[in-house]
Amino acid sequence: MTADATGPTIRPGIDLTESTGTRILRILRPSAPVFIVLIGLLVWITIENPNFTDPNVFLIFLRRAAPLMILAAGQLFVIVSGEFDLSMGALITLVVILSGSWIDGDPSRTWPVILALLAIGVVVGLANGLITTRLRVPSFITTLGTMLILSGFALWWSGGTPKGSLPDNFRMWGRTGLEDVPVIGQLPYSVIVMVIVAIVTAWLLHATSFGKQVFASGGNPRAAFFSGVDVPRVRVLAFVISALSAVIAGILLGGFSGVSPDAGAGYEFRAISAVILGGAILGGGRGAIIPAMAGALTLEALFTLLNLLGLPNPIRDVFQGVIIIAAIGIAAFRQRTSR
Amino acid sequence: MRALETENGSTTIPRSTPSHDVHDEENVMSGSPRHRFGLPRLLVLFLVFGVGIGPSTLTLSAQDETQWFVQAEFDDQMRQRGVAAEGPADQPWVQMIEPEMVDTAQYATEASGWHVCFSNAGVNNPWRAVGYTTMQAEVELHPEIARFTHVDAEGNDNKQISDIQDLLNQDCDALIVSPNTTAALTPIVEQACGQLPVIVFDRGVSTECPTSFIHPIGGYVFGAIGAEFLVEEVAEGGNILALRILPGVDVLETRWAAADQIFSTNNMNVVGVEFSEGDRARVKSIVTDYIERFGQIDGIWMDAGQDAVAAIEAFEDLGLEVPPIVGEDQQDFLQKWSEDGLTAIAPSWPTYQWRTPVIAATMILSGQPVPSEWILPQPAITADNLESYLQTNMPPQHYALCGCESMPEYPQRWGGE
Repeated sequence: MTADATGPTIRPGIDLTESTGTRILRILRPSAPVFIVLIGLLVWITIENPNFTDPNVFLIFLRRAAPLMILAAGQLFVIVSGEFDLSMGALITLVVILSGSWIDGDPSRTWPVILALLAIGVVVGLANGLITTRLRVPSFITTLGTMLILSGFALWWSGGTPKGSLPDNFRMWGRTGLEDVPVIGQLPYSVIVMVIVAIVTAWLLHATSFGKQVFASGGNPRAAFFSGVDVPRVRVLAFVISALSAVIAGILLGGFSGVSPDAGAGYEFRAISAVILGGAILGGGRGAIIPAMAGALTLEALFTLLNLLGLPNPIRDVFQGVIIIAAIGIAAFRQRTSR
Repeated sequence: MRALETENGSTTIPRSTPSHDVHDEENVMSGSPRHRFGLPRLLVLFLVFGVGIGPSTLTLSAQDETQWFVQAEFDDQMRQRGVAAEGPADQPWVQMIEPEMVDTAQYATEASGWHVCFSNAGVNNPWRAVGYTTMQAEVELHPEIARFTHVDAEGNDNKQISDIQDLLNQDCDALIVSPNTTAALTPIVEQACGQLPVIVFDRGVSTECPTSFIHPIGGYVFGAIGAEFLVEEVAEGGNILALRILPGVDVLETRWAAADQIFSTNNMNVVGVEFSEGDRARVKSIVTDYIERFGQIDGIWMDAGQDAVAAIEAFEDLGLEVPPIVGEDQQDFLQKWSEDGLTAIAPSWPTYQWRTPVIAATMILSGQPVPSEWILPQPAITADNLESYLQTNMPPQHYALCGCESMPEYPQRWGGE
């Protein structure tokens, strides 16, 4: 990879002369470990449960992982731009609760409500971004505040007991799929949505000038500013993308399991863990979509394996904590020793 | 014997906050670090950690199970199931099982302008939300209660202790407590007993001092009803999956302790006992995993039915027939049961018990005797009486045994139409 961290230029990743092939390799190489871990976990799962290689069973696993993979893609924009988004989980909960009470079992309301929810996502993203960049409140605090506001609002709105129900044309996105697909049988809609999100976000982050500005804003904001990047604007957009990913994940999760007051609990940390596993750096400037989504898949594979091994549920949290601390710790260690 | 019960505990999942700081601007400015993550090392960590922590945790949970089972209390509750309750059959919230009345003449006050205070563990799950709505409606039925002060502890012991301390300085005539946890609330309840009549309901405290302790028969009965049903419906040796909400909450533990006992004496093959933390998505995932792993699940037992529909959907989504299942008296489950003709049963922890403390308060303040332990009947919904509990006009998370159908503003006040 191009080593110019000492120079005044923005980041590796701005070199426009390299070929697409080398660029993809360069993006993926630093995060290769996540793929090795993922393959290792999948093999282990297969040993524990030989059914896992059945395409249908694997797709069920992928369907379950899809919301977290989408969240990881959204969170990555914010992390690469040098910020955090802790409000994702609360936004998911709000989306699930609002969709239940607004649609209230009436299929004709599904699409208007989905549009309204996406609009709410845009508003939440704008609020996070503008408060962080214009008022200069650290995003850690801003989104922690948003998290409390959204979850408090969701709890107040639901009064402790979520109302309404979701019709099949809403639930199908998280629950069913295209039937009679050759070889695999049913292709879950959430997997299709996840693949579309992967393509769109990978294009946005790795193939557009906006994507380069996201890396620049996180890697070296001052240099980015001097090269004409509107850093606050880029970060606001990153927050909007993150919030939209949370809305999409919320729609899939609501579809998967129905209205629940705990739908989004813990997802913000799972998304951040996934992004870190995928090789992104907290503080910004580095990361890639496919490894981040692979990080999400790795977390889900780990949870599935822990379940197969019969380990109790709270151990999941322990592992997640270990992953975050270990990933950041090892990264910091490498950083020190490489100088 | 005082059974200590609760419903669902506090289902708030603790959220951790990351222990790192946000990189400050200067740090970010100082240039971009180039490094990779040593993920293979992480894998080693997983292995060491996984192997190390697995067996010890499993042993721990095995010990807990025996600790929660007390044969004498189990026998007592099983016997009370068969005892006819005293009082009007159409008002189970004022019925009593084997009451031992205590004299309350000392608390009699003039029947005008009573101030009743209520320290509530929380309104943080559908069961408590339905119950609290019912309780408020009950208060309005008693014009002699001039003031009703409600304090919500939001599932926090410390807040509930200071809530009660505050209430003790507010000239309440009677105090109703729905304790968040048993041990933590006992001292403050004892302190309150010295000042005014105290009524405890739902979960208990470890003291005999409250004037009345109101609760349905108990957790063993809840657990046993479902387990006995599965023993009857599932062939011997069938694969049973037990789904629980949280560990360590007394009533939920007694529910499982009773079921575990019944499954093991009847040679049922319990393939897993999993905690869902009240998360529907997790219930669905767990059930799917177990179906894949064991090929077939012949029965589902749950310690609280709020997520029973999610378990049913796991079978539906795999195109499988839903096996015999234990739920609870929530409308979404009852409707699914009725529509799909499932083999199911719904034990209950009836929400009508939220009416009783208010009634007990008015009895105490007018000097009428009340039972020191007011044991309410605890019915179960079966295929035979299912249709009478179906209320399609009510929200999916409404509990059928609210005892609120004849109250003013029903059904709108409970979210129905």
